[in-house]
Amino acid sequence: MSAPVQSLLREPWPDLASQREAATFGIWIFLASELLFFGGLILAYAVCRIGHPHAFMAAARETDIVYGTANTAVLLTSSFAMALAAQASEREARPIVIRACLAATAALGCAFLAIKGFEYADDLRKGLWPAGDFALPEPGARLFFALYWVMTGVHALHLTIGIGLVGRLTIRGGGPHLRLRDNPQAEVTALYWHLVDVIWIILYPLIYLPGRAG
Amino acid sequence: MSAGPSGAERPRPLPLLRDLSVWAALMGLLALSCWAAYWPLGPITTAIGLGIAAIKAGFVAAFFMNLKRGTPLLRLTGLAGFFWIAILFALTLSDVLTRL
Repeated sequence: MSAPVQSLLREPWPDLASQREAATFGIWIFLASELLFFGGLILAYAVCRIGHPHAFMAAARETDIVYGTANTAVLLTSSFAMALAAQASEREARPIVIRACLAATAALGCAFLAIKGFEYADDLRKGLWPAGDFALPEPGARLFFALYWVMTGVHALHLTIGIGLVGRLTIRGGGPHLRLRDNPQAEVTALYWHLVDVIWIILYPLIYLPGRAG
Repeated sequence: MSAGPSGAERPRPLPLLRDLSVWAALMGLLALSCWAAYWPLGPITTAIGLGIAAIKAGFVAAFFMNLKRGTPLLRLTGLAGFFWIAILFALTLSDVLTRL
């Protein structure tokens, strides 16, 4: 076995293919549990919305659809860059190609957080924090915005962790200690990133789209 | 699944065209769902939004997360998450919706 492959191999795996299979299986179990975590929040949203349909429409109309749609586009594009990085790693492309795709992914993740920051600032200016002097009269609107802050906040936390993981691969991949070609870490990081994207895809129509017509 | 280290001497090219098509489809679906939110269709607006979101999530899972060429074990693991979510929603909503 060649020395570079040896440097990627961890106990107790006999070869890289088994290690890759186990790592991918492990991250998929983690992703399934993450789906359940966000599933609980979305269920809370569903139950509250069934109880307060008109307040949820009115509250969702107050969210900023421009920021929301732009951020969805940014995150979908970041997933595209991440998929390229993982495929380049798997296909033993030149490390500079893998690192460029990873850097683009992390940069788009940072752009998402920056846009979200501007949106949060606007929300606070409009009095959409569900406490004290909340801007909307309907009682159910507070429920919507409580869920809005929790769901988007937890999602942003996940994305921040993702940026850390991708950034680590980008930076350390340039040094002698981390080989990006054929590295299972690239695939595992990619799968996590895509899940964070998938969760946003589902949150987008729940948060930004209701109550726009009429 | 990848066929092991067989491509070590001659790296396979990146499926750039496929990835770009998936990306373009995702952008198109995003634009469609944003536009569809303004159609005066009443209660089915949310269903349309979630339906388009499900297609987008399916594209990401199939092509970017490689479930399309994943082993049955990986597909089952992903499906297990949805199976438990289905139980979570079915049991809760069967209570909530019958109290209306």
